[in-house]
Amino acid sequence: MGGMAAPQVAPVETPATEEVPVSDRPWVTIVWDDPVNLMTYVTWVFQKCFGYSREKAERLMLDVHHKGKAVVSSGARERMEHDASQLHAYGLWATVDRS
Amino acid sequence: MSMFRCQGGRYVATFAVDEVRVLRKVASEVVGLLTDGFDHTDPVVGRLFPDVYPDDTASTVEFRRYTEGDLKTAKIDQAGAILAALPDSAEAGGEVRLDAEAAEAWLRALNDARLAMGVRLDISDGTDLGEELDEAVAADPTSSRVFQLSVYAYLGYLQESLLNALID
Repeated sequence: MGGMAAPQVAPVETPATEEVPVSDRPWVTIVWDDPVNLMTYVTWVFQKCFGYSREKAERLMLDVHHKGKAVVSSGARERMEHDASQLHAYGLWATVDRS
Repeated sequence: MSMFRCQGGRYVATFAVDEVRVLRKVASEVVGLLTDGFDHTDPVVGRLFPDVYPDDTASTVEFRRYTEGDLKTAKIDQAGAILAALPDSAEAGGEVRLDAEAAEAWLRALNDARLAMGVRLDISDGTDLGEELDEAVAADPTSSRVFQLSVYAYLGYLQESLLNALID
């Protein structure tokens, strides 16, 4: 499934030693706040999709609610696209980005 | 208004005829939106199928190419789960009994219907449904907006009651 990784352009400058090169940074799935989804529903979806505990799912839901978005999973790009697609099936507003 | 309750491992609600009609209508509208009426420029479709890479159209299109068909089928199936479980006759109410799988399909389908209505009704974070409804009634109690807002509120109530029955 899903999306080709765009070829990475070689960096012109050598990154600072403590910086992880862009191409090595993992990807993340982000869920955005929306005015329709019920808070209890969003918590339930996080438990269903990721097997998170009620506590962790609630904390993420509150992050989405109060901060406007939250990172709900991170890892390989294809895995994140899978997660986003699952979340879309539940009606959550999910996007994929580099961390 | 009806509420779901858990009864012997099933999720049960008894609907009045008007509720059956409303549920049949909104589920059919979602199916219509995903089949004949499917149009990416429709903001409702935009909300149900969000751009997975908001700043990268090419990757979003690529992602859609692989996932959109399955997602569309899943959404049509879950709306179909509502239609399948409703009492046959449009002239009478009746009991709906859902197993766990059907209950989850209902939750997702009710959510899709609320998302679609939320876009059409311009629901935002600051929206107070009670106030909106009062204003709409004051403007014209027979308007379609009054009806749509009532249905939207009803679907939220029903979704919450099913979720509570499922979690307890």
